Amino acid sequence: MFDLRGFGDQLLQGAAITIELAMASLVVGLILGTLAATARLSDNKVAQKIATLYSNVIRGIPELLTVLIIYFGTANLLMAIARQFGYDEYIEIGPFTAGVIALGLTFGAYASEVLRGAIIAIPKGQREAGLSIGMSPVKIFFRIILPQVWKLALPGLGNLFLVLLKDTALVSVVGLHDIMMKTREAVSYSKEPFLFYSAAAFLYLSLTIVSMIFIHYMEKRTNRWGGRA
Amino acid sequence: MPENSAISLKNIHKSFGDLEVLKGIDLQAHEHDVISIIGSSGSGKSTFLRCINLLETPTEGEIWITGEKLALSRGKSGDLESADHKQLAHLRSRVGFVFQNFNLWPHKTLIENVIEGPTQVLGQSKDQAVAYAEELLAKVGLSERKDFYPSQLSGGQQQRVAIARTLAMDPQVLLFDEPTSALDPELVGEVLGVMRDLACEGRTMLIVTHEMAFAREVSNKIMFLHQGQVEEFGSPEQVFENPTSERCREFLSTIY
Amino acid sequence: MDFEVIVQYFPRLLQGAITTIELVVVSGIIGSLLALPIGLARHSHRLWLKAIPYAYIFFFRGTPLLVQIFLVYYGIAQFESIRESSLWPYLREPYWCAIIAFSLNTAAYTAEILRGALGAVPRGEVEAAKSIGMRKVQLYKRIMLPRALGMIMPAYGNEVILMLKGSALASTITLLDLTGMARTIIARTYTPIEIFLAAGVIYLLMSMVIIQLFRILEQRSNRHMEVAR
Repeated sequence: MFDLRGFGDQLLQGAAITIELAMASLVVGLILGTLAATARLSDNKVAQKIATLYSNVIRGIPELLTVLIIYFGTANLLMAIARQFGYDEYIEIGPFTAGVIALGLTFGAYASEVLRGAIIAIPKGQREAGLSIGMSPVKIFFRIILPQVWKLALPGLGNLFLVLLKDTALVSVVGLHDIMMKTREAVSYSKEPFLFYSAAAFLYLSLTIVSMIFIHYMEKRTNRWGGRA
Repeated sequence: MPENSAISLKNIHKSFGDLEVLKGIDLQAHEHDVISIIGSSGSGKSTFLRCINLLETPTEGEIWITGEKLALSRGKSGDLESADHKQLAHLRSRVGFVFQNFNLWPHKTLIENVIEGPTQVLGQSKDQAVAYAEELLAKVGLSERKDFYPSQLSGGQQQRVAIARTLAMDPQVLLFDEPTSALDPELVGEVLGVMRDLACEGRTMLIVTHEMAFAREVSNKIMFLHQGQVEEFGSPEQVFENPTSERCREFLSTIY
Repeated sequence: MDFEVIVQYFPRLLQGAITTIELVVVSGIIGSLLALPIGLARHSHRLWLKAIPYAYIFFFRGTPLLVQIFLVYYGIAQFESIRESSLWPYLREPYWCAIIAFSLNTAAYTAEILRGALGAVPRGEVEAAKSIGMRKVQLYKRIMLPRALGMIMPAYGNEVILMLKGSALASTITLLDLTGMARTIIARTYTPIEIFLAAGVIYLLMSMVIIQLFRILEQRSNRHMEVAR
C-alpha cells in the first residue's frame, strides 16, 4: 500500500524517528516548562528573571536557529570545557540529541506560558480551603492544584505538541534521518520530488490527525468531572 | 383583516427541539396601538417578539407586516425561513427592534450608529441622515455626545441611542424586547421616559416588559402569555383589575 | 568568544536581515489578501463553501513549513508543463518559491484567526444590523469585518512573529536571509556560536519591534472600546 517505488519502508522508518524525537522532546519540554512556570510564580526574583528571559529569548528566535545553535554550539562548548581538563579529542553530539535539546527548549518556553496561565487561573480560595483543613502546601500542590492545572493546560499543551511535531522536520537540516531526510534521499534517487514530498506531507498529516484524536481523548478523560475550563 | 393591521400574526408556533415554546399565538396590532406583552420568564414572550422580524424562525405561522405578507418557506432546520431575502430586508427596515442589551456597534460613534441604517439600507445621503440623526439624538437627550463611542456611555444612555438608531429608519412599528431589563434600577426611568414620549406621539409599539406600572400606563392593550399561549388579552383595566385567567391573577399577585 | 568576527561580519548579517524583512512583509501582504476570502468562506454556514477552505487550512497547518517549501521549490519542477510555462523564470527562483510557500502558509493561519474573530462578533450586534434591514454583503462589510479586524490584532501579531521565525527556512533553499547568511559566514569562518548568537540577537530585536508595533496598532484600533471594559 505504501510502496512508493520501494521507498515506502524507508519513509516509515523515518516516521518512527520523527515520533521518537517528538516524544523525547515532549518529555524534556514538559519538565523544562514546569520548572520555568514554577520559577516564574515563585517568590525568588532571580529565578523569576531567569525563567522569563529563557521563555522570551527562545520564543523570539527561529526554531531552526535554535536547532543549529544547539547542534553546532553544544559540541564546541563541550570541547572548550573538555580542553580545560586536558581532553583534546573532537566531541560531537548527534542530531537526535541536539534535536531533543532544541525542541525541548522550544516546547518548554511555550509550555511555561501555558502552565503559568493555568496555575494563575485556579482560584486562591482552593488553596485556602486546603490549608483550612490542615493540608500541607506540598500536598495541596499535588492533590488540589496539579490535577486542575493539567486540565486547564491540556488544550494549550495539545496545540504545542502539534507544533512540536512539525518542528521535528527542522532537525533533518542537521542530518537526522527522519521523514524529511528519508524523503530527500528518495527524491535524489527517483527524481520525483512532487510525489515524495507529497507523501511526506501525507505522513505528517496522518501523525497530526492521530495526535489530535489522542489529545481529544485525553481532554475528554480529564473533563469527566465537568466544570468550566 | 391583516391588510389593515400594522402587524398581524397568525398561529405562530416555535419549537426548540422537543420543547414547544410558542403554541399557536395570534396577534393583531393596528396603527397607534401600544401593546405590552407580559408573562413570567420562559413564557415565550421574547421569542414571540423575535419571530415578528424573523430574528427567530417560527416553526409554523403567518406574518403580515403593514399589510404585506412575509414570504416564508420551510428551511433545512424544519423552521420557516424567509423565502425572499430582499423582501425580508425591506420589511425589517420598516419594523424597528430595540434589544435588551442595546447592541450598539462598538466600533462606531453614536452618530455613526444612528446614520448606518439610513445611509446603508435606505440609501439616504450622508448629510440628510446626519441632520435627522442629530434631531433624534437631541430627542433622546444625547446630542452633545454624538461623537462618543458606546463604551463611554451608561447603559441607559446606550439604550436611548439604540432607540434613536431604530427611529432613524422611520419604522412603521416599534418592537421593544425588555428594553430596561439590563439596566441598573436608577437608569430605568430615563429609557421609559423616551418610550412614553413615543407612545404619546401615536407610534405603533409592541413592548415585552416586566415594568407593570409602565405597561399599564402607556398601553391600550395587554397580552399575557403563559407557557407559550395567550392566557389573557384585553385593555389594561381589564387585565390588571379583572383578569379572567387564574394564572394571570397569580402572576400579577407575585409581581405587585 | 571571538567578538571580532561578529563585528567584521555584522554588515553581512544586516544584509541578510533585510532579505528576511522583505520575505516577511511581501508574504505577509499576499497572505492576508488570500486570507480574507478563505476566512470568509470558512465562516460560512454552507457546507460546500467551507469544505475547500477547511481542507486548505488543515493541510497548511497540519504539515511542516519545510515540506511546503520543498513542495513548491523542488516539487512543482517535476512537471514539464510548469518548466515550459511562462511562469518558470519565477518558479525556479528560490526567492519566489519562498514567497509562495510563506504566503500560502500564513494565509491558512490568518484565515483561521479571521474565522475565529468573525465568530466572536457578538450575536446581538449582528441581529441589530439584521433588524434594520441590512443584507448579507452590507452586514459583512459594515459590521462583521470591521469588528473582526479590530479583534484580530493580538493574534495576528503572534502570527507575524511566527512568520518571521518561519522565514529562517528560506535558508534551506539557498536563500541568503539572516539565517542563510549566518550559515554562509560560518562555512567560511567556523565560528558557529558567535555568528548564530549574533543572528539570534537580531531576530530577537526584530520580534520586539513587531510586538511593539502591534501593541500600538491594537491600542489605535480599539481605543474607543477599552474605556468601559
